[in-house]
Amino acid sequence: MATFTLNINGTTREVDVDPTTPLLWVLRDHLSLVGTKYGCGIAQCGACTVHLNGNAVRSCSLPVSSVGNQEVTTIEGISEHGDHPVQQAWLEEDVPQCGYCQAGQIMTATALLKQNPSPTDAEIEMAMNGNICRCGTYVRIKKAVKRAADSGSMA
Amino acid sequence: MTLVKTKIGRRAFIRNTGMAGGGLLLGFNWLASCKMTPEEVSALPKEWFELNGFLRVGDNGMVTIMSPNPEIGQNVKTAMPMIIADELDTDWDKVIVEQAPLNTDIFTRQLAGGSQSIRQGWESLRMAGATARQMLKNAAAQAWQVPVAEITTAAGVLTHQASGKSAGYGEMASAAAALEVPEEVNMKSPEEFTIIGTDRKNVDGPKIVTGKPLFGLDVQREGMLIAMIVHPPAFGMTFQSADFDAVKAMPGIRDAFHLIAYPEGAERQWSDGGAIPEMVAIVGESTWQCMQAKKALRAEWEAPELLESSAYHEQALSDLLNKAPEAPAREDGNVDRAFRGAATIVERTYSAPYLAHNTMEPMNFFAHVTPEKAELLGPIQTPEFLENTLASVLEMPKEKIDIMMTRMGGGFGRRLYGTFAVEAAMISKKMQAPVKLVYTREDDMSQGTYRPSYKIRYKAGLDADGNLLAWHVRSVGTNDGRVFENRFPAGAVDHYRAEFHTLPTQVTTGAWRAPTSNFIAGVENAFLDEVAEAAGKDPIAFRLELFDRAINNPVGDPKQNDYEPERYAGVLKLAREKSNWDAGAPSGLSRGVAAYYCHNSYVAQVLDLEMEGNEPRVKKVLCAVDCGIVINPLSARNQIEGGIVDGIGHATYSALTFQDGRPEQNNYDTYRLIRNSEAPEEIETFFVDNGIDPTGLGEPSLPPVQGALANAMYRATGTRYYRQPFVGSQQEQRIIG
Ligand code: FES
Ligand code: FES
Repeated sequence: MATFTLNINGTTREVDVDPTTPLLWVLRDHLSLVGTKYGCGIAQCGACTVHLNGNAVRSCSLPVSSVGNQEVTTIEGISEHGDHPVQQAWLEEDVPQCGYCQAGQIMTATALLKQNPSPTDAEIEMAMNGNICRCGTYVRIKKAVKRAADSGSMA
Repeated sequence: MTLVKTKIGRRAFIRNTGMAGGGLLLGFNWLASCKMTPEEVSALPKEWFELNGFLRVGDNGMVTIMSPNPEIGQNVKTAMPMIIADELDTDWDKVIVEQAPLNTDIFTRQLAGGSQSIRQGWESLRMAGATARQMLKNAAAQAWQVPVAEITTAAGVLTHQASGKSAGYGEMASAAAALEVPEEVNMKSPEEFTIIGTDRKNVDGPKIVTGKPLFGLDVQREGMLIAMIVHPPAFGMTFQSADFDAVKAMPGIRDAFHLIAYPEGAERQWSDGGAIPEMVAIVGESTWQCMQAKKALRAEWEAPELLESSAYHEQALSDLLNKAPEAPAREDGNVDRAFRGAATIVERTYSAPYLAHNTMEPMNFFAHVTPEKAELLGPIQTPEFLENTLASVLEMPKEKIDIMMTRMGGGFGRRLYGTFAVEAAMISKKMQAPVKLVYTREDDMSQGTYRPSYKIRYKAGLDADGNLLAWHVRSVGTNDGRVFENRFPAGAVDHYRAEFHTLPTQVTTGAWRAPTSNFIAGVENAFLDEVAEAAGKDPIAFRLELFDRAINNPVGDPKQNDYEPERYAGVLKLAREKSNWDAGAPSGLSRGVAAYYCHNSYVAQVLDLEMEGNEPRVKKVLCAVDCGIVINPLSARNQIEGGIVDGIGHATYSALTFQDGRPEQNNYDTYRLIRNSEAPEEIETFFVDNGIDPTGLGEPSLPPVQGALANAMYRATGTRYYRQPFVGSQQEQRIIG
């Protein structure tokens, strides 16, 4: 066990865990931030996507010991009132079915649009390919990403 | 308006739930911990009045509607309350939706499966809303001393035109709750609907996009431990021994033991199918610590003489396929003679592998079992059956067992089989502590209640003019071999034989989205395409000729046929028209068609694609659907789209294979699921507007699309596709990040 001081959603959190513990389980089990989901544990499905210094990463495969003082943002932290343009686009397009994958999808989409505010269809597909949606909401996900991009508020 | 009775004989469909004096009701809500905004809090009424088990009205006119059925992503949590709200005649934005707990006294069929929630709930949900509206009207009539027949309602307001009196529902709620349930109530006719048939967003949408705890895996409780299982590594193996002490010494691990989830003599329900009776349980303080202990565990398992491999299944299915069953499931005319006289015979064999459900949220369940009571909370499609099993394994009366349903991260049939909840309960009982059982993805994929693997052989005989004379289908499946002998083209062919065999296997199987249809629809449509080609006919025209036959001059007793040929032909004609079929495929693209009937609904699809290497790139799927009245078109289209993506994905990429009883795939690196860039670029859905009572929607778009895909791929490549998956698991390196 070891103590880690983490910078999560703009606040400092301290945890005492095994250094090999993936960030995903630190968030879920130790910090009660359960919006970040577990889907595969091997960086294949994207359900656990969070931002590390603004980049989308798979928290299931990121040991807490390697986080250091980098800024971690989770789905709970991308907007205060759930009104981030990507979240709004997701609601407008009524994307979710079961909803389980959607936090990860939204985190990947937000990181993409931050780096590339007006992506092409192919760029959207490339970026979103790491996120599985078992319910098959891909068509709406693509529309929602485009809607968020078109809203212009991502630039 | 239609007058309906609220009871038949002594059986009441709707009743007051005995709130003394219609008093204050505080619903238990495990999510109460998730903070409400100040605006949300001030919008809440001070008092709620329960009018029946489905709904309560607040003193300020807000309405809480209970959604009785489990939510697996099929969006019943929005659609079912919409039906109640419409008959209640209230504003949708005054409605709060809550997931109802299991309560067999109030609700019937609290089950998610078979695409039946809306179809079977239709009457009772409408009656719940209509009864409450009638009680509010009766209360207003008493208060105002006017005849009840003169009172009208709209958007949550009661009005008496002649006297100019009006009141919101909230003002009459207290008085209404004290009234008797009326014996008869009026229900709306479809043209009076104001909410049904309109686009309404997912009621949980805002919580989903902000990551609120909604799912079973999100449950956290004071003092809760995490539990995991280690199940036999191969189907057929049983537990022998394990080095529990080594694991128990690991950090954070509280216990490790041999778990018998189903003790001898325990009464099993069908929903316990696929249960592994014995395994190892590991209990600890955190998920990661349990995962480490799982990896470290050394266990011995006993192997039976035969451990099944895919080669074995393949061979055994082939052998069976070559044998005639003792009796056909249906036989019309004289099939053998008709084939002898046929000008052309087409005979083809198709196969499909086992599939895992792979819900994105792996199996899990929270349980807290004490000698006094059992509290269970989690994702389950069959809570009522679970309760029966729990009563037996825990030796506890049902009154002491509480089951609450969480939103589910997918179902697809997997959560019909609640063995994981039984395991959670038995672990909690042993630990004398609240536990959350969590399956890893590997546990989830390798423990299975899989879609069976199948083989099927079709043979069709045509006369010299390309008319279908004879049809013979023989199906075999692992633990399943249904052939749907009364579905199309039964009734449309003079000489018809349908038969099946079942191959019992150790690998456990169960319902997987659109059971059996998820194989038969695709291959039947692929075969029909090939037969139409041999007949020199357009594939739609060929099918329509057969429907004409079934309409005008059906073979056998038409009541025996499990489809209405008019509606079947209807969706096909709609798809032909909307896709501009007669003009041919858009330039550069290849086009395939399919149609199917299952879950009481009809679907026809036209699919356009181009090939990129050996992979299909689907440009568009046009889908015509007849599922009667559509409650919520916005989410209905979502279901159709999801089924199409699901069908294309599994037919193209997915397979579960076995080596000596061990699944060879146990996570998404080896089991390929369809991804974003592989989904159709566009899906367009048309609903037939016929005012017929609603039927299934969660499954029917999946099965036929596999046939539309195979047919379009044939047009593009000149190759017919007889084996699923068409492409397989070789993942192209398209993933980044
Ligand atoms: S859980 Fe991290 S990628 Fe699947
Ligand atoms: S909405 Fe269910 S997995 Fe994506």
